[in-house]
Amino acid sequence: MLHLLSLKALRERLQKREVSSVELTKHFIDRIAKFSDLNAFISVDEEGALASAEDADKSLNKNQSGNLTGIPIAHKDIFCTKRLRTTCGSKMLAGFTAPYDATVVQRLANAGCVTIGKTNMDEFAMGSSNETSFFGNVKNPWQTSRVPGGSSGGSAASVAARLIPAATGTDTGGSIRQPAAFCGLTGLKPSYGRVSRYGMIAFASSLDQGGPLTRSAEDSAIMFNAMGGFDPKDSTSIERPIPSVNELLDLDLRGLRLGLPTEFFDSSVDTAVLGSVREALQILEKRGAQLVDVSLPNSAAGIPCYYVIAPAEASSNLSRFDGVRFGHRSEQADSLLDLYECSRAEGFGEEVKRRILIGTYVLSAGYYDAYYLKAQKIRRVISDDFTKAFEKCDVIVGPTTPSTAFKIGEKTQDPVSMYLNDIFTNTVNLAGLPSLSMPVGLDGSGLPIGMQLIGRFMDETSLIGTAHQFQLETDWHERCPEDFA
Amino acid sequence: MPISENDVTRVARLARLRVTEAEIPQYQAGLDGILDLVAQLHESVTDDIEPMAHPQDISLRLREDQVTEDDERDLFQECAPAVENGLYLVPRVIE
Repeated sequence: MLHLLSLKALRERLQKREVSSVELTKHFIDRIAKFSDLNAFISVDEEGALASAEDADKSLNKNQSGNLTGIPIAHKDIFCTKRLRTTCGSKMLAGFTAPYDATVVQRLANAGCVTIGKTNMDEFAMGSSNETSFFGNVKNPWQTSRVPGGSSGGSAASVAARLIPAATGTDTGGSIRQPAAFCGLTGLKPSYGRVSRYGMIAFASSLDQGGPLTRSAEDSAIMFNAMGGFDPKDSTSIERPIPSVNELLDLDLRGLRLGLPTEFFDSSVDTAVLGSVREALQILEKRGAQLVDVSLPNSAAGIPCYYVIAPAEASSNLSRFDGVRFGHRSEQADSLLDLYECSRAEGFGEEVKRRILIGTYVLSAGYYDAYYLKAQKIRRVISDDFTKAFEKCDVIVGPTTPSTAFKIGEKTQDPVSMYLNDIFTNTVNLAGLPSLSMPVGLDGSGLPIGMQLIGRFMDETSLIGTAHQFQLETDWHERCPEDFA
Repeated sequence: MPISENDVTRVARLARLRVTEAEIPQYQAGLDGILDLVAQLHESVTDDIEPMAHPQDISLRLREDQVTEDDERDLFQECAPAVENGLYLVPRVIE
């Protein structure tokens, strides 16, 4: 039952030599194969993983191990890896192997992690259900007729199904927190600039941030500490160290002010979701936290603002896919312009094309001021709302999503209804703040409910600490979908 | 202000995306839906607000002007679809 152990427990067993990294790696590779129906992985590197596991065992035997030596993990297929192909969930990159490793990949490898494979995701991270992947949709292990959320859907499904102890993800508008909520996990989106974006394929560069998907706050602290920190290769990386795992976890809830924005507790949220969030708040209150009312009056403008800024940045970032230097190249082309247009038309899926078109539109002559500049001003207003709210509280809390996981296919015909899933999460990216989703209950049909914690810039400690204190008192984070126990 | 067929064609051209005649209505509807959603932006008054392009209002870090990487042309061209003698191949541009 090795797969039921937490990252922390596995680490202890490895260090005591009660289990070897090779045994552990084989165990998880077997599980990935056994539950391949979930479609959580795009690539699995059995040979490479076993070779690194053997190396890890040698280091462990010599007592030369790092913090995570021998622990199998998986990366969202947006992080470049030298040894394995990196597809970003797209036909465009279906045959692409990067010439270098992303900093996150490198750091976790340096800490001793064994990379087992790359997880499925929405194409170029554009989606909230993992249904835009060129490699097919991912199933939610809690109910396989449901989506796991997205865009880090493969990472979330694989950690929830205990196919891997922890996985990396990225979050541009909610892509770590929403799948964490839908799959009953702890998902951390660090402050913008905390985790290096070097080698992380860009979607919207002023919003993108990498982070871990784990089963507990404790595991989240371990992963965040190992993957984050200053990187000279990322020009927006913050030159401050990540707190130690103990510092991240050790929080006294007494006197901590939790702010409840009225806008996050309205009638558009499922009653089961609101009920579980309120119960969780009572538990935190009992442990000494104070609940205060706050307001984020412009949060309704978050979705419109985001759906101008994110596609605008995406249209610029994705212009690098030209069929010349890397990625899919059309065989139809007679001219250079044909080569660009056909390679891109054949390589990108429908949602990606839609966002490139809308992004190009809002940046084009005659529309720039009305859309892009306007959205940037709203972005400031939204960010100022948070600053004001943090005068009255230390952490902002609310539901991560308005509902639990929806059915596969339910929202694919209506992109706008899909976008509304990120209503509580994407303002956080616009402001660059840290945020965490943690499991706080199950709804009537047994689907996980997530609660979101939002912190001041650089204050991941209050988020991970609060989640850890909550998890010491409750067992929602230990619940495992029945068929995967 | 609904998106016209011409708008879709114009934007697709700017984005270097080939859109076939048959696909235009589908993209037209998609873009219309998104523009409807983002139209709410126009309800907010933002006259004296400074635009925010980035979460960090700081200037980018500078470094010494030194060579930090070796020439890795061959490595970087390994993932290119068509190269010859260290050059990227494209359809003929000049007759």
